[in-house]
Amino acid sequence: MPNGEDRADRPFRMSRRKMMKGVAAVLGAMALPGKDAPASVWESFFQKNFRELSGGDKARVIARLEKEYGDKYGKPVKVGTAPPLEGVLYGYGLDLSRCIGCRRCVYGCVAENNQSRNPQIHWIRVLQLNKERGVDLEEAEEYYNPSKVPEKGHFYMPVQCQQCESPPCVKVCPVQATWKERDGITVVDYNWCIGCRYCMAACPYGARHFNWKKPGLPAAEMNPATHYLGNRPRPVGVVEKCTFCIQRVRNVPGRYPACVEVCPVGARKFGNLLDPDSEIRYVIENKRVFILKEDLNTRPKFYYFYAT
Amino acid sequence: MRKIWEFFKGTLVLVSKGSTAYYAWMFSLLVLMAAGAAAYAYQLRNGLIVTAMRDQASWGFYISNFTFLVGVAAAAVLLVIPAYVYKWKPIKEIAVLGEMLAVSAMVMCLLFVTVDIGRPDRFWHLIPKIGILNFPQSLLAWDVVVLNVYLFLNLVIAVYICYKNYNREEPNPNLFNPLILFSIPAAVSIHTVTAFLYNGLAARPFWNASILAPRFLASAFCSGPAFMIILFQVIRMYTRIEIRNEAIFKVAELIAYSMFINLFLLGAEVFKEYYSNTIHLAPMQYLFFGLKGHSNLVPYIWTAMIFNTAAFFLFLVPRTRENYVTLNIGCVLIFIGVYIEKGMGLVIPGLVPDVLGEIYEYYPTGTELLLSLGIWATGLFVYTLLLRVAIPILTGEFYLGDDGVKPVIVDTEFIRRADQLAEKSYRD
Repeated sequence: MPNGEDRADRPFRMSRRKMMKGVAAVLGAMALPGKDAPASVWESFFQKNFRELSGGDKARVIARLEKEYGDKYGKPVKVGTAPPLEGVLYGYGLDLSRCIGCRRCVYGCVAENNQSRNPQIHWIRVLQLNKERGVDLEEAEEYYNPSKVPEKGHFYMPVQCQQCESPPCVKVCPVQATWKERDGITVVDYNWCIGCRYCMAACPYGARHFNWKKPGLPAAEMNPATHYLGNRPRPVGVVEKCTFCIQRVRNVPGRYPACVEVCPVGARKFGNLLDPDSEIRYVIENKRVFILKEDLNTRPKFYYFYAT
Repeated sequence: MRKIWEFFKGTLVLVSKGSTAYYAWMFSLLVLMAAGAAAYAYQLRNGLIVTAMRDQASWGFYISNFTFLVGVAAAAVLLVIPAYVYKWKPIKEIAVLGEMLAVSAMVMCLLFVTVDIGRPDRFWHLIPKIGILNFPQSLLAWDVVVLNVYLFLNLVIAVYICYKNYNREEPNPNLFNPLILFSIPAAVSIHTVTAFLYNGLAARPFWNASILAPRFLASAFCSGPAFMIILFQVIRMYTRIEIRNEAIFKVAELIAYSMFINLFLLGAEVFKEYYSNTIHLAPMQYLFFGLKGHSNLVPYIWTAMIFNTAAFFLFLVPRTRENYVTLNIGCVLIFIGVYIEKGMGLVIPGLVPDVLGEIYEYYPTGTELLLSLGIWATGLFVYTLLLRVAIPILTGEFYLGDDGVKPVIVDTEFIRRADQLAEKSYRD
């Protein structure tokens, strides 16, 4: 992030009026629901962890959220709760020899997953690396901005959630607001997360992102096909991350994650690790794959390889 | 029961009475607290975007202050050990002041954590049974437990000592000794757990060093007691309480040993990183010399290094240790030095450069500074209230009257030069 720019828009310009408004808001803005808040606010306040909701509770929560989002974005919004499919463990392959660093995956992901546009949240970070140095993160450049990619002497490595088999982020959460599902996807309950950001400190891949501000998501750009544990609109003050497009991949028939679909050079592969005939198994069998930071024993299900 | 109620009413009378200096002090703290509250309201309305924290540096000034203050809370144990384990009388008389400092430091710690979280409205998710406390997997869950236990323990001990003193009775050893002995491992536990909270993250090589917990303990035994030494002098100057020189010098001597261990452990870490010169050197390089032109922390850490080393020598040499000018200089140097080293100097390089090598230079915003100032003022406010009750009890100016129910309050001049205090009759 260019530092000067970032510091300039740090909004500490407190006028007296704003300050007084702030003082007045101390109690109200303790973020606890007020006395005459609508019932749905209290319902949301007392909502249990997603994994502890009974069938009936779950249906009520979903109805409440669909109404809330529908009113806010002015269109019917579906909040899915599709559980993991039996016999499925998702795996991802990324062909570094094909990736050209165009960042279409970054913005395809944002469009699909309802990330905040202002400030921008990107679940995929594409690193520009030097061919001579190989995968040397200390030399990586994330904010490359030439008129044309790929640039001579460089290659590109997109990094997103590696969906670890042994996720350090899950272990550290003090309230179990994040967990690994049976199909291998690590998810966050945005209604249970307290926003302590311990998981962000624990993640070795920079895959977790925080809503530092109320997410800016224009209604016109809002994708109404959502999943509770995935791309539904997020509140301020919680952590979010890539879910392999849980709202797409758990459907029958499923769809590829948005980043796989949008990649113009076919560098991204996705499939069921438990299915011997899947494309991801083909990649693992016939190419030589590596994982990021294997020394940390996180056992990612995100495999990098060089196909050509 | 009536007796306790009267005692409580007596404490309310005490805290509402004092010298002009007392009122001025408390009022200034209230002003700062109000400013802090306004900053917090502003942060709640706009989100944590008003801080300089971002995804790359996801913790900042609040967590730095929290970490430092966990250390300050150790002041208590450095007084408790000589006082109650070795029964050293000069310190035993004043150990309760250390416990009260621990209480105030814990209050500040909990406030700093609260203002750092994105959803304070969901704090109840941490309460076992009602919410879900991820114990024992999450070290943060451990921290929640040990910090609250330590706060509660010190509060109980301090209140119990004061109440017994007020009744002109000796504490019941069967009840009191186990509590006071338990407070020693409890103090060690808050440091160890807080250190492990960072230590356990393999993603952050700067923190992922086994030496972290011992370093935490060593520097904790410097900062808290340094604060106590200055405070003891203020207390004996402005109240009737007597604190002997030998108690102060003994604490200073203990600081010298702790500081030596702290500097030694730091040296061990610096050697390992620089000699092996792996990619894990980057955070330390960023801290001490700057990395790729980014060097926000460099002047601070060198200030801390110089201050800590200078203070170590001042406290090591008996002549400078027992001279109040050099002693006080040493205390200030240590407090600032450890504040930098154990605060921003520990937290920020853990996050910068980030896990993908990006360097985001964190520097707290005005909101963060103002809010933190408010929390410090709150801690001092709490501490002053506690002292306001404890000191008259210790000097025998607030005690149970002869009717066995009503309190007798002699002291109404809290915070006034001792030599100017009106000659009032003592109870004996």
